[in-house]
Amino acid sequence: MYSIKAEYLTKKFNGFTAVDRISFKVKSGELFGLLGPNGAGKTTTIRMLTGIFRPTSGTAFIGEYDIQKNPLEAKQIMGIVPEMANAYVDLSAMRNLLLMGELYGIRKKVRIGKAGNLLKLFGLYEKRNQKVKTFSKGMQQRLIVAMGLMNDPKLLFLDEPTAGLDVESVRLIRELIREFNSKGITIILTTHNIEEANQLCDKVAIMNHGKIVAIDRPEKLKNTFKSTASVEVAFDREVEAEELLFGNVVTEVKKVGDKIRLYSARAEEVIPMLVEYSHSSGRKIISLNTLAPNLEDVFVKLTKE
Amino acid sequence: MNFIIQLRRSLVITKKDLFVFYLKGPVIISGILMPSFLFIAFAIGRDFSLSFLIPCLLGMGLFVTVSSIGPVVAPWETRMKTFERLVSAPIALWAIILGDIIASLLFGLFVTFFIFLVGIILLGVKIVSLSLIIGTIIAAFCFSSLGLLISAPHTDNPSSIMMLSNLVKFTFIFISGVFVPISSMGKWKVISYISPLTYYTDLARYSVEGTNYFSPVVDLLALLGFSILFFFAAIGGHKKSLTKRF
Repeated sequence: MYSIKAEYLTKKFNGFTAVDRISFKVKSGELFGLLGPNGAGKTTTIRMLTGIFRPTSGTAFIGEYDIQKNPLEAKQIMGIVPEMANAYVDLSAMRNLLLMGELYGIRKKVRIGKAGNLLKLFGLYEKRNQKVKTFSKGMQQRLIVAMGLMNDPKLLFLDEPTAGLDVESVRLIRELIREFNSKGITIILTTHNIEEANQLCDKVAIMNHGKIVAIDRPEKLKNTFKSTASVEVAFDREVEAEELLFGNVVTEVKKVGDKIRLYSARAEEVIPMLVEYSHSSGRKIISLNTLAPNLEDVFVKLTKE
Repeated sequence: MNFIIQLRRSLVITKKDLFVFYLKGPVIISGILMPSFLFIAFAIGRDFSLSFLIPCLLGMGLFVTVSSIGPVVAPWETRMKTFERLVSAPIALWAIILGDIIASLLFGLFVTFFIFLVGIILLGVKIVSLSLIIGTIIAAFCFSSLGLLISAPHTDNPSSIMMLSNLVKFTFIFISGVFVPISSMGKWKVISYISPLTYYTDLARYSVEGTNYFSPVVDLLALLGFSILFFFAAIGGHKKSLTKRF
């Protein structure tokens, strides 16, 4: 059972192709991450999936509903936290939530109870009657996420939900994302924060120039790029980078603070070479670590290509 | 999705507009203060009868007040970044626009109700007729739709739209027989036919003075026609500019 089925989705603006024939599926209950640099087409993709933009071509199904043919039915089952969206700052937190409840056709008694529960969950209940303009950015973002949950969505779109927030709000929002996902809500998370995607997502799609360049589970993606495995070493004295290439065994040498990172698909062969180099050059090894490729390495490699 | 459900959701938009936009500076200035000053400037020191002045006040008051909220809402929502949230909810664009129109309409009718009261109770002018009541409601819808149509360009700057709105409003006020009856406009009266305000002012003059240029039926039909035209044009305009708002 899939919550999203997108086929050859394309969006063009005055001849510029922002999203180029992307296809993917998201299983129900999955936490799916959409990663990519600025301008990769993530937000445009989300806007097509949420019925805000009409695709130039291609189709997208939200559950059983075609987003172009039945946009209102599709929107009824999804919750949306758009990037850069705001609550109404001249209304109170409670009134903002009630407004969302009314737009989703939730009965008065139910929406009052639901708004109260969400305000408690997001730590805003004490300030429920204060105008949103008096809230900090973190509090406003918590309210915006809460507004996306008023209709008990089966599918929740979160477009950069933790961007620019304080640590406390980021932790709270991440915890709640996990909690809602564990209750069976399918979540589509757009983020610049690769570590966030790595920690939260069951599956990620990496976008670049409007196309999906990789899509898989984070661990699988890391394994695909074994050449980005590395050995990190620190010597007691400075070392010339070229001396550590060891022929063709090391593909790249990078200075990271007082350490040197050696990238190689044969990391296990690099360690004895480093020990040998240490003996022959009279330098002492202070620390030596092997590092598996991380999602950031995969991301950088894919988006550079 | 069910038409009635969408109508109900329009009223949610109306309620939101009333809470959020009624007390905004541009609404108070262009909706209440500006027409009041304009009317005072026109009436003071001239020897006009009350039965001539009341239709002026009714026409101008309703037109200016009703078209004061509509133009503000879309650019304001774009600037405050609340519009994306709204269009991602299960409410059709036409229902959002209808909700905005009803909010403006209610604001205008509220102010016009006071003009009626002043005319009837304080000044003793007999101005109630069924055609005027029906005409006032249709005209309020028509002028409000015009306000929404004016706000269709995708700016996030309310003052840009207010400037455009004032340009349209003043032009219509001066060509619609508000200050000078159509019959006295000579060959220029042809221009007045393109303004919906002409037909409302004519209806008001008929109800107060008993004089009219068009028959009340023509006035009502013209207002209805303009309402439909402006409403669908507003939906088309906003649909076209929607993707450019984000």
